[in-house]
Amino acid sequence: MTAPAVYVPADSTALALGADAVAAAVAAESARRGVAVRVVRNSSRGAFWLEPLVEVDGPSGRLAFGAVSAADVPGLFEAGFLAGGKHRLALGPVTAIPWLARQDRLVFARAGLDDPLSPEAYLAAGGTAGLRRALALPPAAVVSQIADAGLRGRGGAAFPAAVKWRTVLETPAARKVVVCNADEGDSGTFADRMVMEGDPFALLEGMAIAGTAVGAERGIVYVRAEYPQARAALLRAVEIATAQGWLGGDVLGSGRAFRVDIFQGAGAYVCGEETALLESLEGKRGMVRAKPPVPAVAGLHGLPTLVHNVLTLATVPAILAHGPEAHGRRGTGRSRGTQAFQLAGNVRRGGLVEAPFGLSLRELVEGFGGGTESGRPIRAVQVGGPLGSWFPASQLDLPLDYESVAAAGGALGHGGVVVFDDTVDMARMARHAMAFCARESCGKCTPCRIGSTRGVELLDAIRREGPGGGRMELLRDLCATLAGASLCALGGMTPGPVLSALQHFPEDFGPRGAGGEP
Amino acid sequence: MTDAAAAAVEAVLARAAPEPASLLPVLHAVQEALGHVPPEAAGAIGHRLGLSAAEVHGVVSFYHWFRTRPGGRHTVRLCRAEACQARGAGTLQAHAERRLGCGLSGTGAGGVNLEPADCLGHCACGPSVLVDGQPHARVTPERLDAILAALEEKP
Ligand SMILES: Cc1cc2nc3c(=O)[nH]c(=O)nc-3n(C[C@H](O)[C@H](O)[C@H](O)COP(=O)(O)O)c2cc1C
Ligand code: SF4
Repeated sequence: MTAPAVYVPADSTALALGADAVAAAVAAESARRGVAVRVVRNSSRGAFWLEPLVEVDGPSGRLAFGAVSAADVPGLFEAGFLAGGKHRLALGPVTAIPWLARQDRLVFARAGLDDPLSPEAYLAAGGTAGLRRALALPPAAVVSQIADAGLRGRGGAAFPAAVKWRTVLETPAARKVVVCNADEGDSGTFADRMVMEGDPFALLEGMAIAGTAVGAERGIVYVRAEYPQARAALLRAVEIATAQGWLGGDVLGSGRAFRVDIFQGAGAYVCGEETALLESLEGKRGMVRAKPPVPAVAGLHGLPTLVHNVLTLATVPAILAHGPEAHGRRGTGRSRGTQAFQLAGNVRRGGLVEAPFGLSLRELVEGFGGGTESGRPIRAVQVGGPLGSWFPASQLDLPLDYESVAAAGGALGHGGVVVFDDTVDMARMARHAMAFCARESCGKCTPCRIGSTRGVELLDAIRREGPGGGRMELLRDLCATLAGASLCALGGMTPGPVLSALQHFPEDFGPRGAGGEP
Repeated sequence: MTDAAAAAVEAVLARAAPEPASLLPVLHAVQEALGHVPPEAAGAIGHRLGLSAAEVHGVVSFYHWFRTRPGGRHTVRLCRAEACQARGAGTLQAHAERRLGCGLSGTGAGGVNLEPADCLGHCACGPSVLVDGQPHARVTPERLDAILAALEEKP
């Protein structure tokens, strides 16, 4: 009989909460007691409020314990946790934890199951089925599958993926490129990181499928510098996938080539914008390009380039493997499939919630989230990252799909949802948005480059002296200019968080003494 | 730039493909080796990659990640994005600045660089910091003190 497995996640949030020390304690305690165990470093299921979440194999599935610290480990052994013994951290069967059981996991189906870099585990959990299917189809048929699934880009703009695939496929060129946008700069988001660390083969498989469909033999993942663990996981995954023949000169014996390189970003938020990202890949400053031409026609070094977010590409294998209906029948209206909601900020049960589009903000922050961690009332929720709008507690019934959020004056973006309690100063958050725009502007458009700094000064004046003296009118004018005269969404959408804060929380925009951060 | 630093830059350049697209990987490798990108290295880097020194400077200054002055031996990147602010990042920043005796982007006590970060991806468990590449979440002022104390014991 093999030694029983003890699963301790190696996801970087789990590491940030002490998972390495827990794994070491399990190894040490088992050695001390002479009990053989096999420590498996799995990925995270995304229930970050329970991390480090330790699991053991039970008679009817895996049993969970959390949140475990290294100091708890001797007690777990003492309680006989390997055999399902009672312990105050015991959570029962992991898949029965309501927070996980109520999710609908398509893209994150494999999250937390096993060692994410084990090719055997990947195959056993259905890996490469999508790529095999794609290689057996003509390229245009693969694109049709993506169209039938109704897949839209998960990076923020929600553009129909198949339109881009078709454009790249039909643009004649000797060489084409697939670029994965793993810059994930939005505050409150971590789903891309979870894929890269927790299911990197799925991302590579999605890229390979895209490559065979559009006729590209080269893929590049642009990973932000703030994600060293994700980058390391991808580098290893590329090596392993190449050794397995999933990537390389002869993908799964098809005679077709697809190679992937990993590229490290350098801390510029604007490089998440696809054309700035391409400039960055070319070794330049991350300046946004004017469109047309779109990258699908002339992107990296002028080659037709398919740029997609990590989640978009990681959704592709499931669409090919299970058919477009599996994706397309989920969701609502034109928002098809599932969204990886990332529940963050001041919330009791934060983490990754994958659910069909249309889940309400209330179900998310109260149902899954359980309200604020501080125990104080929810006051404001920012949906869609730093360029997303603020919603007051009175609007929690908002359905979370692209169209509904847009109709409410916001944007779902990459699916980040950040909760604040009633201690938040919304004028300060508005200032933060303007300062962020000023700091991260690529500098191409005057309103974004200069106007954002004026906006910070104005908000400081409003906080100091109040909204009178024409200051509010000036702020609104400035926002209108930003919205109307910006080349990209950094300048164009900064008015979102500023004006929504003003609209819903006008009482915060008055004299408050200090001014300036914090 | 010392001879040793120049040699380190040469070693990085010897491994790089001689094209402009190698610039960011080269800058990362130089910073990895020296802790910063010396402005005097721009000429040699540009020469190898087919760029002017001014172009290299332009790129270095654009990206927040690169530093042009030598710093301390350790780097603490403190997240100040919204999700961490909702969980007390402001208090943590004030504590870090007091304890290290420097502001953001400065180098403080014990040779610790205090750098701002915009989101480290642990947004459900803030405030978070990245210390010499290692992530820490739910960082209270007390935990930060423990992390910094552990750094002091390292070379
Ligand atoms: C300022 C700015 C930042 C962006 N950051 C990201 C990012 O971090 N990740 C991402 O996938 N898309 C980001 N985008 C959207 C990209 O420009 C692009 O739409 C996306 O990568 C396309 O992939 P998708 O079709 O799969 O969504 C950003 C856009 C803007 C304007
Ligand atoms: S809006 Fe700002 S970031 Fe976007 S292109 Fe213009 S200057 Fe650059």
